[in-house]
Formats: sequence, structure tokens, C-alpha cells
Amino acid sequence: MKLDHPRAHRSACLKITLILLLVWFVVSCCGGIFFRDWLDANMPSIGSAPFGFWIAQQGSIISFVLILIVYAVLMNRLDNKHGYTEEN
Amino acid sequence: MTQGLLNGIFIGLTFAIYITIAIRSRAGSTKEYYTAGGGVSPIANGMATAADWMSAATFISMAGTVAISGYDASRFLMGWTGGFVLLTVLMVPYLRKFNKATVPDFVGDRYYSRVARGVAVICAIFICMTYIMGQMRGVGVVFSQLFGIGVPAGVLTGAAIVFFYAGLGGMKGITYTQVAQYCVMAFAYTIPAIFIAMAMTGNVIPQLGLIGNYTVGGESVPFLQKLNNINTELGFQEYTSGKMSTINMFCITAALMCGTAGLPHVIVRFFTVKNVKSVRKSACWTLGFIAVIYLTAPTIGAFSRVNLIEKLHNTSYAEAPDWFKAFENTGQMAWVDKNGDGAIQYFGAGKSDMGTNSVFQGKGPTYPAYDAPENQRIGSQGQRLLANKADDSNPNELYFGNDIMVMANPYMAGLPMWVIALLMAGCIAAALSTAAGLLLVLSTSISHDLMKKIVNPKLTDKEEVKYARMASFAALVVAAYFGINPPSAFIAKTVAFAFGLAASSFFPTLLMGIFSKRVNREGGIAGMFCGIAFTSGYIVYFQFLGGTTDQLLFGITPEGIGFVGMLINFAVAFSVSAFTSPPPKHVQEMVENIHIPTGAGEAETHDFEI
Repeated sequence: MKLDHPRAHRSACLKITLILLLVWFVVSCCGGIFFRDWLDANMPSIGSAPFGFWIAQQGSIISFVLILIVYAVLMNRLDNKHGYTEEN
Repeated sequence: MTQGLLNGIFIGLTFAIYITIAIRSRAGSTKEYYTAGGGVSPIANGMATAADWMSAATFISMAGTVAISGYDASRFLMGWTGGFVLLTVLMVPYLRKFNKATVPDFVGDRYYSRVARGVAVICAIFICMTYIMGQMRGVGVVFSQLFGIGVPAGVLTGAAIVFFYAGLGGMKGITYTQVAQYCVMAFAYTIPAIFIAMAMTGNVIPQLGLIGNYTVGGESVPFLQKLNNINTELGFQEYTSGKMSTINMFCITAALMCGTAGLPHVIVRFFTVKNVKSVRKSACWTLGFIAVIYLTAPTIGAFSRVNLIEKLHNTSYAEAPDWFKAFENTGQMAWVDKNGDGAIQYFGAGKSDMGTNSVFQGKGPTYPAYDAPENQRIGSQGQRLLANKADDSNPNELYFGNDIMVMANPYMAGLPMWVIALLMAGCIAAALSTAAGLLLVLSTSISHDLMKKIVNPKLTDKEEVKYARMASFAALVVAAYFGINPPSAFIAKTVAFAFGLAASSFFPTLLMGIFSKRVNREGGIAGMFCGIAFTSGYIVYFQFLGGTTDQLLFGITPEGIGFVGMLINFAVAFSVSAFTSPPPKHVQEMVENIHIPTGAGEAETHDFEI
């Protein structure tokens, strides 16, 4: 195993983590809490629900699941690229 | 066939399933006892974690909380699901690689200190205790509902069953039982929601019904608009807008999220799968399974609120539905006829100058003794009278606990009896699965981390198990006491404290332990100590010592203070570490090593010294 492998893997891993956490923060805290009044007023309603309200009670949860799926796919791909493949 | 008999059949059937599974997959070794042998499939672990995670509080009172507070309750919905993102990307893959049986194990080794391990054990016990109190309350509510007994008797019955049950399986037994319990819970939660969505909005999918139209009686108005109108008419906050301050809302959500990521009983669940890759996969399944219930909760909340108001508001007591009287008997609902018109009125704080809508004085309903004269117990309309004095500053006459919404829901909607029986079985599954998981962590914290690793390293397997049993018994006794006398009115609130404590102790400590090579023993201990001291001090002050709302720090309620405690933990840990020497070389290497995703399986075989 080459010496820079763990380091390259680690920094790529950190990048994935931080980007996904940014998405997570924007959706839940910004969309559901900080800017929800603005979103309610300025975004199209989801069905009959105001946009910010819908994000807070439904949309955020759906996006959390999507974030985890993306994380698992990206990390597994990264592990394979750096040769950290493990049989399931 | 009566409802009671049908409930009995459903619960008996599910119990038979759980016990069969628990016996068939009971732990054969201490390794299986602590982590189920490390070979659980990601999807099974996902279901088990979801069941472990979704407590009686979630199951019974979350929809009620949403119904009462509308948008404001989003803090629970987002907090308890969003935390899984943190847990998955920051915690469990690394802790799984580290590969030890318990969370204090990691803290003890990473901070190379017995004191750190000790503080972690105390934190774990504290968190699990706070959390399990809420569970016991939940169990009590279910049993009181089930057998028509008071909540205290229900709590005691529940505690006895949980003790018997948790002693059986160990982690392996618990895991496979929880898989079955998740299935029961998921059906029990979604089926009533589907029925009600169909009845109220003509939509089979509750989530679409919520954003669709209200169609009862030929009307067709947007459902949420209908709900907003009802709310404002009766003097409540508009359903889709909140009255909580943004900063408080954010702090509570953040505390719940970080707390979720630091809950020891959730973290250890991920020690049961094979390797790091499976941990990630399992986390996806877990959150997917949890989302099924969390996406349904707000729909149940909204539907049942409309239902409750339509069925009870301005209805004369004589014509009130039977279920109302049944809940009166268990003390979960009450009616005080303030204006003497014989009809039930339900109003919000907007209808009073004092800004409250409390029905009576005092926190919960109290009743005259059973041998009191009849005219003190039964009112002119046949209603159950309270011992509390009426609160005449507002016109609201209807009292009900948050936990009633899910339980009363099928009755309100007139659903078939088997749905109600299924719901009962689901509630019990929720309470049992979480209580079992918590008891396991509690007892292993004491037997493994405290007795074996700190007090007496020469402890044999047999003695360790003995201590584990004693610990679970003691824990249950304390939990039952607080279940009968809850320190806070609602289940969800009691549980929220556990999250505050987890957010201020484990989350930052584990995070720094995983991602920093510089944070050392002194910093870790000081941070943990300050975080938890601040948070618990704040909570105790406002819950028990009569702190008033104008004394709140930035208007943050005790539920959200864990977030501030977490920041304090980080700040203290980093500054103390900066002035003391860095951790020894082997600890730094250990931190390097947990970031390499392979090899989690091999380490296990020789690291398990228990």
C-alpha cells in the first residue's frame, strides 16, 4: 500500500462529508427554520402546504434519506478507488 | 367479540412472536450478548435500529405534539431524523472500525484515561436514565389504556414486563425481536393514518392528503387552510405558523440532532453489522424505515386535530362519544363545565386576557378519593369531576394530554376494532424495543465499563452478567418512579432532555476524538465535564428549582440548551488541549487508523477480551 493512500482517501472523504453536511444544513436549518417565512411567502406551495412548512415537516426528512444514500454510494466508490474493498 | 378481547389476542400473538424469536436467537456468548456477534445484515439492523430508536414517546405522543403545536413541532420531526445524517457521516463508520463493545470504551481508550471512561459511563447512565423515564411513562399510558387502569399501575406492569423481557436476549435476541417489532409498529402507525386520510381527504396516501383538500360533507377546501381557520377561530396559533422564537427553535432542533448522533444506545446498534461498508448501508435503511413513521406523524397530527375539534367542540356532554368518557376514566381527558351550559368548549390562549388556556389550576388533573361522596366525584351531566379548582381566567373547558392523539385517533375516526388492537400492539412494541435497547446499554455500561474496566478487572463473565442484571433492575425501579411522577408534563419533553445531555457530552467528545489528533486527555475530560454540568444545571434549575421564563438565556428553553452545552464542551476541550501536551503516539496512530475503512472485522476477534 502506498503511503499517501490513507491521506488522499481521508481528504476526499472529508470533502464528501463536508459537502453533504452543507446540503443537510441548508435544507433543515435554513429551509425549515431560518428562512421559512420567506420561503412560505415567495415559493410556490407544495399542494396546499406553504413551501417552508412543507420543508420543515416533510421535505427535510425526505432529503435526509437521499443524503445518506448519496453518502453510501460516494463513499463505497471512494473506498474502491483507493483499494479499500471489503467483501460483504 | 369485544375490543378488550381483540386487543388481548393481538398483543398475545405479537408477544408469542417476540418471545419465540428471543428464545431462538438468545445470546450464546458474551460477544453475542454485547454486539450480537457482529454479523447482522444491514437491512435487519436497519429495522432493529429503527425500532430501538422510535420510542413509546415517538410513537404515542409525537403526533399529538404536532397536533397541538403545528409548525413548532417540526423541531422534533427534523431533529430526530436529521441527527441520523450526523450520526452516519461523522460517527458510526469510525466507531465501528474502532470496534469495541461500548461507547465509554472508545472514550476511555481515545482519551487514555480512567477518569474519562468514568465520566463517559456516568454520562451514558444519565442519558439512558432520562430517556428510559419517558419510556416508562409511555408504557404506563399504553397499559392504562389497555386494561382501563390508572397510569401508575400501568407503569408498574410495564416495568415488570420490560425487566423480564430484557433479561432474556442480550443484543442478539434484542436485535431480531426488534425486527419483528418494527414491522408491527410500521403497520400499526400507517394503517390508521391511511384510513383517516381516506375519510377526511379522499386520498389513500396520508402525505398527499395533508397537502390536498378536505372533502368531508361535500366541502372541498385545502386541508391546511381548513385547519388554520379552525385554529384561529378558536383562539389558537395558525397551524402552519409557529409562535416559538427562531433562535429557540434552532437550538432545540440542533440539540436534538447532535443528541441523536451522541446517543449510546443508537451508536452501539451499528456495532452489530459486519464492516464499515455495511454500516453505511445499514444507516440508509435505518433512516428509510424511520422516515416511514416520521413522514406519517405530521399527517396523523393534523387529521386528528380536525377530527377532535369537529367531534368535541360545542358538543353537549350527554351526546359526547363513548371514547371521550373512556379517556375521562383513565384521567387522560377531562372536562370542566365552566359556563354551566352542559356542552364541551375547546379554546386556545387567544380567547383569554391572561394568554393561557389551562382548564384547571395545577399541572395535571387530580381526582377526589374513590370513597368521597358521589356529588364530589360525578357532575350534573355525569362527567368525572376533578379535585383541581377550575381556572376561570379563560373559557377553555377541555383538557387532554398530548399522548392521547394517537391512542384516540382510531376511535375518533370510527375505525374497525382490529385497527385499534393493532395500534395497541404497536405501542407496546415501540415501548418494549426501546426500553430493551436502553436497558442493555445501561447494564453493560455498569457491568463492563464500570465494574470490569474501572473497579475490578478480574471480574469473571458470570459476575459481569450478574452486575448487568442488578443494574437493569435498579434502573427500572428508578425509571418507574419517575414514570409515575414525570418531572415534566409531556413525554416528548422528558425525552428531549436526554438529547440535550447527549448533545453536550458524547457528541462533541466523540467527534473530537475521531477527527482531531490534538485534543488530549485533559481537554476531553474538562470539555465533557463543563458541557454536561452546564446543561444539567440549566435543566435542573428551570425544571425543579422554579426558574422563570424571563431568566432564560437568550430565550432558549431547557430543551434547546444542549446545543449551547455542546459549544461550551468544544470550546473548553480545545482551549485546555492547547495548553497541555498532545496525546501519546499510540493514540494518534489509533486516530489515523480509524479513518481507514477496512479491517474492522479482523480486529474484533482479538479485541474482544470479555
